[in-house]
Amino acid sequence: MSIILLIILVVVLVVLVIFAIVTYNGLVRKRNDTEEAYRQIDVQLKRRYDLIPNLLEGVKKYFRQEQEVLTQVTQARSRAMQPQSPGQQAQSEAQLSGAIGSLFAVAENYPDLKSDRVMLDFQEELSSTENKISFARQHYNDSVGDYNTKVQSFPAVIFSRMMGFTEREYFEAAGPERESVTVSYD
Amino acid sequence: MDGGTFRERIAVNRRNSVFLILLFLVFVAVFGYVIGYAWIGDPTGALFGLALAFVVGTISGVVTYYGGDRMVLAASRAKQVTHEDAPVLFNVVEEMAIASGLPMPKVYIIEDSAPNAFATGRDPEHATVAATTGLLRKLDRDELQGVMAHEMSHVGNFDIRYAMLVGVLVGTTVLISDFFLRGLWFGGGRGGGRREGGGQIQLIMMVVAILLAVLAPLFARLLQLSISRQREYLADASAVRLTRNPKGLADALAKISGDKEVLEVANRATAHLYIVNPVKSFEKRAKGLFSTHPPVNERIDILRSMETGGIPETVG
Repeated sequence: MSIILLIILVVVLVVLVIFAIVTYNGLVRKRNDTEEAYRQIDVQLKRRYDLIPNLLEGVKKYFRQEQEVLTQVTQARSRAMQPQSPGQQAQSEAQLSGAIGSLFAVAENYPDLKSDRVMLDFQEELSSTENKISFARQHYNDSVGDYNTKVQSFPAVIFSRMMGFTEREYFEAAGPERESVTVSYD
Repeated sequence: MDGGTFRERIAVNRRNSVFLILLFLVFVAVFGYVIGYAWIGDPTGALFGLALAFVVGTISGVVTYYGGDRMVLAASRAKQVTHEDAPVLFNVVEEMAIASGLPMPKVYIIEDSAPNAFATGRDPEHATVAATTGLLRKLDRDELQGVMAHEMSHVGNFDIRYAMLVGVLVGTTVLISDFFLRGLWFGGGRGGGRREGGGQIQLIMMVVAILLAVLAPLFARLLQLSISRQREYLADASAVRLTRNPKGLADALAKISGDKEVLEVANRATAHLYIVNPVKSFEKRAKGLFSTHPPVNERIDILRSMETGGIPETVG
């Protein structure tokens, strides 16, 4: 009788340990996914810093009367590149996006530019750069959602806190980004 | 990308791939045995046939696994492009690779005015997406993005590997069948009449072999047809998760399916890879069971319903 009890106990223990290992590995993988996704945002932001001078160089002559906008973009870029707190960082990134937005708005004022090859390429590259940043953020939020769900779901939740897995924060674009866009269009 | 959905699909595709390979090897072995017996006329010949078929099957399997994507691309007359050659396509693919968290695939272009696209490769690290020049000309950026998101979903799901394996199965089965049926006209039944008992078995084997040779390619073809339908719905849904824009893909599907031009480089072996079935007359003739793709109208309806109610309206 006691032997059977012991066997049952051992089996239950083994199952629990296996379950804990599988859960742990799953959580680690998902947490690494979110970190990878977060780094991807930085990669894309850095890509934008590198790209802007080249792109502006190509279209400088089209914007001779619009020096102000060009300077705005250049300045926003150097501000964003400076080391700063994450909150400020988000703000200056948003300002850079805003400045790029006003550059597009200015380009709209020149109908003859709209069909210009160089200008079209420039717009495609710039808007794709912006897209890549927002898709990187979207992917980050997707993987955070995935990870958080896993951390909070019932069987895993028993172990996850003990093992030091905590929810990650979503990237929120709404606040500063919207503000800065309205500011730059004024 | 929702990891859960992707992972489930990957698991299913892995399991199906292994199952498919086993099924294929068993089939090839049986087929080889029967043909060997029928042709040479004794059990030694049968074993020889088995070994030969096994070797042919394994070689074609390995070759296709590592080079199948190149074969498909060569057969479709696709050329690799860089960012300089096709900036918009390249950017759109890059955006979708970022949105799905997958490595950047190779990008190919097919010189053809019929709009269509496909993805191939053995895994996301060795993946290729291809688009026709017609697709690039006829779709706007949002639509192109929808199509490329659909293709990247196939990549992320490992649909590309499964589709490639199905291609091998169909190809090799047809090859062996052809080989046997042609052989019949020449040296077939060399050992016939040598021994009384053996002759009878050989005759039976001959009948079985002919039956297999005729039926196997049909069966393989049916398999090829049935696999891709479920996948298209899933890839559409995953694509919307990537772009957050069901309208783009819906409009693209409407444009592609409404286009009258015929994609000349597509054939029956590659038809199941494309986003919309390029073999148009075939789809019209045989709805349902024989179609590699679900009816495009149904796919568009599902996407349109996402536009209005399925996905909550976001800012802007």
